[in-house]
Amino acid sequence: MLKVEEQTPVVFSSELLAKFDDVITRYPADKSKSALLPLLHLVQAEFLWVSTSAMDKVAEYLKIQPIEVYEVATFYSMYFLKPQGKYALEVCRTGPCCLVGAEKILDHLESKLGVKEGEVTTDGLFSFRGVECLAACGFGPVLQISPEYTFYENLTTESVDKLIEDLKNK
Amino acid sequence: MSRKLLLEHINVPGINTLEVYRQKGGYRAVEKALKTLTPEEIVEEVKKSGLRGRGGAGFPTGMKWSFLAKPEGVARYLVCNADESEPGTFKDRYLMTYIPHALIEGMIVSSFALGAKVSYIYVRGEMMPQIRILEKAIAEAKAAGWLGKNILGSGYDLELYVQPGGGAYICGEETALLESLEGKRGNPRIKPPFPAIAGLYGCPTVVNNVESIAAVVPIINDGGEEYAKIGIGRSTGTKLISASGNLVKPGVYEIELGLPVEEFIYSDEYCGGIANGKRLKATVAGGSSVPILPANLTLKYANGEPRLMSYESLSEGGFATGTMMGSGGFIAFDEDQCIVRNTWNFARFYHHESCGQCSPCREGTGWMEKVLHKIEHGYGTMSDVDLLWDIQRKIEGNTICPLGDAAAWPVASAIRHFRDEFEWHIKEPVKSQQQNYGLANYANPIEKAPVTEEK
Repeated sequence: MLKVEEQTPVVFSSELLAKFDDVITRYPADKSKSALLPLLHLVQAEFLWVSTSAMDKVAEYLKIQPIEVYEVATFYSMYFLKPQGKYALEVCRTGPCCLVGAEKILDHLESKLGVKEGEVTTDGLFSFRGVECLAACGFGPVLQISPEYTFYENLTTESVDKLIEDLKNK
Repeated sequence: MSRKLLLEHINVPGINTLEVYRQKGGYRAVEKALKTLTPEEIVEEVKKSGLRGRGGAGFPTGMKWSFLAKPEGVARYLVCNADESEPGTFKDRYLMTYIPHALIEGMIVSSFALGAKVSYIYVRGEMMPQIRILEKAIAEAKAAGWLGKNILGSGYDLELYVQPGGGAYICGEETALLESLEGKRGNPRIKPPFPAIAGLYGCPTVVNNVESIAAVVPIINDGGEEYAKIGIGRSTGTKLISASGNLVKPGVYEIELGLPVEEFIYSDEYCGGIANGKRLKATVAGGSSVPILPANLTLKYANGEPRLMSYESLSEGGFATGTMMGSGGFIAFDEDQCIVRNTWNFARFYHHESCGQCSPCREGTGWMEKVLHKIEHGYGTMSDVDLLWDIQRKIEGNTICPLGDAAAWPVASAIRHFRDEFEWHIKEPVKSQQQNYGLANYANPIEKAPVTEEK
């Protein structure tokens, strides 16, 4: 749900706007709305989530109505509509991964990080959630970490522990 | 060893680079197509090959291409569907990760055949690493003159772009994909008009799966007739199978269509049998949307004949005793797996992924998820099984796109073949929380039906 009180002013850097300009050249001149999904990804990579005011700015840039951005941002599951941890861990929880232990990995993350699915750890470093099929079923359980979407396969509770330690020390 | 057309060089170090890909004969199909063939001749070769869409529907690719409208002065588009999201399927990710130029080469040849000057590869957003790989490979190809203006002096111009999705299974449906590429929610469109008439930006468009486009390369190199010699019946060529679940060697395998299912599961060349010495209980042969089959019907038809990995053989017996090739996502369940739990898991997936446009799917998927959750957790009643059957029937065929059917079939087939296990969960609410139903009679061998003599 979009909340108006989440309005925090954002400034798009000139580097980010240059990336926007580059994306827009991929489409016919009058079809720049096609850039919406890629632009929202760029915004999220920069701010780690997509705020309402960032969406308004994207609308302004593409010369479309804000609602056209909101309806897209809320439809697609990848866009975070509230702040996440610096490392947002997303574990596949669909059938094939569950056959090889994905549910254990999710339970383990909850106890290891001490937060529930969707919450952020107090140090602001981690959040996690279960997501649907990540198309790596033969290498499950798997997780990805946004914003880079680095991918980790054949997870065990030990490898998850090590991953979290490595990220803490990064 | 069976013939490999797509993955032949997958283990060659550096095959992801243009240099090595070229050394191994890459981009020969582009040279042949642009220098010696007309677009019509390429379409003809693809028709002759008998190639069927590798994304799931299995529609003949050459025929799809021949439907493309060609009005004067209107742009045409080729869009590659790399929104691989069907649970159990990961072949396209594999291909794009390790041999990205195979897709780019196929895109150039196919775009030329269709007269597209701008083409897009729509990759699911979660595959950011693959998007980076493809963008790098496209830059390499462009720098070497395989893309851009006047390719190989032929006068043909092509620009190729990668478009990220936003994380929505529904965008694998071609019209939803086009909506998404236009920067909108992924709501499937009502057909007709088909994309071949009015697709991207209202222009004639072909949407093809990654594997279908990559298969165009060997078809052009060797000729459609050569390609059609591989395989069995109307299932020509090779197919990438994504094998997952409780197998010794899960992974992506290229098979010649017509391989016996038993050989695929148990031979060391492929999956190497069931992991941890366990027995096979069930399989989902073509991605989560196709009917689940017990072990015995996976390996053999109801009449005892062996089942093969082909479009026709996997669907032999209809939904009563057969399944479908789908996207080639082969999921194996060992004797310790719970069919009720898996069906609930899949139902949750479809509920999550329903776009919400059609009420039977929007409401029905959530309802099925709730009822299955109830049964799985020991609170089911006998009437719930019939309720589930009733809901799935009311979804199937009553929606704009096939997601409704895809949500209905796993539930229907699980009840059809594993009703005993559902009823056991209901009759044994406590026990079913502590242990599994087990293998039961699901792997009992099917005897070959006696041949009745004509009198």
